[in-house]
Amino acid sequence: MDLQELSIKLAHYEADGVSFESFIIHNNNQDVIQIIVDGNDELPIFVTQTQEQILCICYLFDGSEIKQEKALELNDVLLRLNVPMPLSSFAKIDDKYAVYGALATSSSLEQIGHEVVTLAANSIDALEAISDYLID
Amino acid sequence: MSIFQKLFTAIRGGAREVGEGLVDANAIRIFEQEIHDSEQALAAAKKGLTEVMAKEMQTNRTIKMLDEKIAEHEDYAAQALSKDQESLAMEIALKIADFENEKAQHVTSLSGFQSHITKLKQQIKAAEKTIKDNQRQLTMVKTTESVQQATMAVNDTLVTNQSSMASAKQSLERIKQRQADRQDQLDAAEMLAAETNGDELADKMHAAGIGKDAQQGSEILARIRAKSEQS
Repeated sequence: MDLQELSIKLAHYEADGVSFESFIIHNNNQDVIQIIVDGNDELPIFVTQTQEQILCICYLFDGSEIKQEKALELNDVLLRLNVPMPLSSFAKIDDKYAVYGALATSSSLEQIGHEVVTLAANSIDALEAISDYLID
Repeated sequence: MSIFQKLFTAIRGGAREVGEGLVDANAIRIFEQEIHDSEQALAAAKKGLTEVMAKEMQTNRTIKMLDEKIAEHEDYAAQALSKDQESLAMEIALKIADFENEKAQHVTSLSGFQSHITKLKQQIKAAEKTIKDNQRQLTMVKTTESVQQATMAVNDTLVTNQSSMASAKQSLERIKQRQADRQDQLDAAEMLAAETNGDELADKMHAAGIGKDAQQGSEILARIRAKSEQS
């Protein structure tokens, strides 16, 4: 399934009682699907595909938003939260913190849908859990 | 240095294009070619191994056959001796010597084949390990590169996205607000539904002359009647 097809299918898809808005962004030689889960356009999920895997990424915050005196502690907390968090992991891309999940390219629409819903919920939960570490 | 260590060093060094900076496309092609070559060498070695193993089996068979022939001729020689045929026995003995010489040659080549087989098996094992290792490293480089490309594309998308300009805390508050609004709406809808249901019920009761309203009406009428009767 290529990204174009996936985007169209996801736009009409409902997983776990949650609706999606999805659109594809053509970016040089790498397409990206942007998915808004349950109307939360503050935390869009980005889906890209490489030869080996489908990557679902949700950006949480910029490094500059961390209370500086708590930065080390936050990284420690995130590493500890990594394993208990279902299906997703924390990551850092440039200076942005993110949660992401990787799927095999052979994954079904249901599996991708489930991943995206879980990722969206994890993102909100994670932001809530660590919001004390962030500046207002 | 292992690929993973190189990646680690590159990331620590703050290299932006990790995948590309690490190994250029040409190097990847050469690496792929090397893996391909080792795979072909491995296939040739496996074919060689089967040939040598076939020869080993063949030689074993020949040695066994010679052993049987030697035993057979020793028996003949004994028979000749028992019949006092000294010169015939000598001839047979010479034949046995021929067989034994031939056997000795085969035994030598057998041990040669056997050591060759051991060596080939070791080489094949080592080659298989190298190929697997190289493939894993190649996958890592390629994955890093494509992930880099993918995340950069996402990054570019994010930069043009207005909603991402808000801080994470503001975003979270908006989401929480939206969730609360939605819950309020659900609650309101439920209340409305409950009220509507209540109205319907009252209407039905009213029609059937049951309930407070109906009773009030008849009470008032009775009161008026009573009044007018008094006056």
